[in-house]
Amino acid sequence: MLIVAAFADFMQQVVSGLAAGGVYALLALALVIIHRSTGVINFAQGEMATLSTYIAWNLTVNHGWSYWPAFVATLAISFVGGVGIHRVVIRPVERGNVLRIVIVTIGLLVGINGFVIWKWGGEPQQLQSPFGTNTYDVGGVVIAANDIGTIAVALAIVVLLWALFQFTKVGLALRAAAVNPEEARLVGVRVTWMLALGWGLAALLGAVAGMLTAPAVGLDPNMMAPVLIYAFAAAILGGIDSPLGAVVGGLVLGVLLNMLSYLSQYGAFDWFTEELRLPTALLIILVVLLVRPQGIFGRPEMKRV
Amino acid sequence: MSPRPQRTIGFVAFAAFVAVVAVLPSFMSDFKAREYSYVGIYLIALLGLNILTGYTGQISLGHGAFMAIGGYTTAILMVGNEQFGGPISGGVKDLWTLPIAGLVAGLFGLAFGLPALRLSGLYLALATFAVAVAMPSTVKRFEQFSGGGSGIQLFGTPELTGSSANVHVLGRSLTPNDWMYYLAWSIALVLFAVAWLVLRGRTGRAFRAVRDSETAAVSSGVSLARYKTLAFGISAAYAGVAGGLFAIASAFVNPDTFPIALSIYLLVGIVVGGLGGLSGLVFGAIFIAFLPLWAQGQDLGSLLPDRIVQETQKPGGPAIAYGVVLILLMFVLPNGVGGLFRRIGQLVFGRRRYSRPD
Amino acid sequence: MRTLLELDGVAARYGPVQALRDVSLVVREGEIVAVLGANGAGKTTTLRAISGTVSWSGAIELDGKQLRGGPERSARAGIAHVPEGRGTFVELTVTENLKLGAYTRRDRSVKADVARIAEYFPWMVERGGQRAGTLSGGEQQMLALGRALMGRPRLLLLDEPSLGLAPMIVREFFRIVRELNEKEGLTVLVVEQDARIALNASRRAYVLEVGRVALTGTSDELRGDESVRRSYLGY
Repeated sequence: MLIVAAFADFMQQVVSGLAAGGVYALLALALVIIHRSTGVINFAQGEMATLSTYIAWNLTVNHGWSYWPAFVATLAISFVGGVGIHRVVIRPVERGNVLRIVIVTIGLLVGINGFVIWKWGGEPQQLQSPFGTNTYDVGGVVIAANDIGTIAVALAIVVLLWALFQFTKVGLALRAAAVNPEEARLVGVRVTWMLALGWGLAALLGAVAGMLTAPAVGLDPNMMAPVLIYAFAAAILGGIDSPLGAVVGGLVLGVLLNMLSYLSQYGAFDWFTEELRLPTALLIILVVLLVRPQGIFGRPEMKRV
Repeated sequence: MSPRPQRTIGFVAFAAFVAVVAVLPSFMSDFKAREYSYVGIYLIALLGLNILTGYTGQISLGHGAFMAIGGYTTAILMVGNEQFGGPISGGVKDLWTLPIAGLVAGLFGLAFGLPALRLSGLYLALATFAVAVAMPSTVKRFEQFSGGGSGIQLFGTPELTGSSANVHVLGRSLTPNDWMYYLAWSIALVLFAVAWLVLRGRTGRAFRAVRDSETAAVSSGVSLARYKTLAFGISAAYAGVAGGLFAIASAFVNPDTFPIALSIYLLVGIVVGGLGGLSGLVFGAIFIAFLPLWAQGQDLGSLLPDRIVQETQKPGGPAIAYGVVLILLMFVLPNGVGGLFRRIGQLVFGRRRYSRPD
Repeated sequence: MRTLLELDGVAARYGPVQALRDVSLVVREGEIVAVLGANGAGKTTTLRAISGTVSWSGAIELDGKQLRGGPERSARAGIAHVPEGRGTFVELTVTENLKLGAYTRRDRSVKADVARIAEYFPWMVERGGQRAGTLSGGEQQMLALGRALMGRPRLLLLDEPSLGLAPMIVREFFRIVRELNEKEGLTVLVVEQDARIALNASRRAYVLEVGRVALTGTSDELRGDESVRRSYLGY
């Protein structure tokens, strides 16, 4: 009986770990798409996601939209916003000095965060989960509907994106522009627009991540800050240029952190507290960068000196 | 224009600057002097970061962490951590803690610099970012050393600092704020001179070689490992001293005294100010210390229509302005304000024979 | 035969280096024209100017219309540029490379064209899923050619196709190019270091020297003139 209970407990943590990991995977995927195509690490990805989530909240609460139409509208708005940000802010500094790009994304981070506070205030808001608060009992394992919904949405988005990249002309052009922009131009691909499209897709992914995060932790301007860190850890772990790595990294991280939480009730792991989740992710970033910077699925960068 | 007269101009300008710094407190309120002492503190940190980023091209989003190390070292040495169960009894006078703060931070810098050799550009930025974000929680964790969440108070140690009563120096009596100002700025100017000397010599040339082309540097026999690590150590030491001063000026340290925002502001200060010259770094330090206040329309109030001032003073408004300013600056002045000063200087005084770090 | 491509007084530079000073040439429809010359003579830059990869001054007209803008524009105008080093997308598959060649086309017969390519390169269909980076140099050169053909170009630009390839493969490559020219009327402008094979394949040739056209004539003439061969063509 004890073993069954322990197993049930374990499975619960795995499922909720997958749900959390799904969110990390989405944001990590956004980071990877942007890095692969434009070589930029977008420190503002979290804030962009927060802004998108506020837009969704605004539509549902202040304008009375129902959830799913607001969801889709937010995705569209975020996509356009991402394209816009690339064309206006990023493109002029893309090719230059690394420092310039870092400062520009930091400027975006600070500015967007400020905008959110300025427009909607700093108090936490509530965004209802579209999946309700039910729980299901599957063979003794208690699974929250919200977790299942999150996993389903994350999975759906990832699969759709994969299909876009693999089977469509635009997806092919995106991939070509990312790996070999000069040659892509020669076959007629408008590379600059493809890069902007990449930013649009990343913004869209961030929006989904934000909307999946808000119901659980509450919507406030700094909601995505820890998620961004987890996303960085997932992306670095999986390989900053590998979309597969981002997804795998996110899921692994989500489950790992939940595992540590679960095990913290047992002697050997009782040092692990909730506060250590973030530092653990940071430690992963450091260790991976120092030991194997290209991550699990990445290819080593040749530095010939 | 040949180097010799140019250097004379440089010395004269520097002397004038020192003079201005020396007399400034007489012209401003006591409170303003305290604000300007923070400018001096940030300048020290920027001097260090400049060596790392401007001279060896390594980007750090984590120098706030080194300031934290320095700040906590100072606090622990002054007050001791026996109250938390730690081993140190404290009682060290504030001034003497500063070299130690620098040394300890510098050692951590060397320790980080060595593995950091494998990272470049954005990866290094990310790694240092991770360190800076992790610092507050790590500090909290080692409660016995650091006092955990509530930190360490430096009030009530008047025999160790000048911060609660007037200080008597050279026959004059200084208010605590003025004392802080002079302390911070004299250390800043001394450290500037030290940096200048170091960078003029072989070390500086090696640093620049590393920044300009690692391949070329190696083939000329410059050891990348040694100089890149050294740059990390020196810059961390500077940040440590700045952190120690920060602790003295604020009279307490806790995990939130040195948040990730500080590390970000330091990098922003360096880039906005412009890598390289002193004038740019001073501007960068002023930028870090004052822009958040300016953005709140305190000084712009009279220039802009009321409605705009009202809107920008709502919470979040200043941050929007800050973000926009940053982005615009990167478009318009990619070499920072220091770069602008340099260009003006070139127009007025003619081009230099040798190239400056840009 | 109509003139398909005309360059008049074209100049181009890379920073301070003037790569082309004054290049004028003509390519007529259905011809294979070679551009020869020593290293640094400006051969590659000439192709880059035509495809819009480098900025140039002067006049370049395709079918009487001024060519302007970057590579995306010239690709849409029907110019396929196979760059030096082949330019295959090494991370993508063979089929994906071919599909990209047809990127600018809006008509629906792309699939049919893959079959057409298969006539010349049957292995490209069989090994469609193979990553292009794992192909041999010769195969990548063929793939680059196949990709260019997928766009049904009006003009094919070939930049040093023989570079780094074994002579047998180079001969096979040029054989296919000649076949395409004869059977489908494909117009080709080929830049080559290997003057001998280029002259064998082409009808006319231009010899560049320091960014200018030093010599021009039919390939037969140039091949036959021993002093020309010695001074300009290196054999």
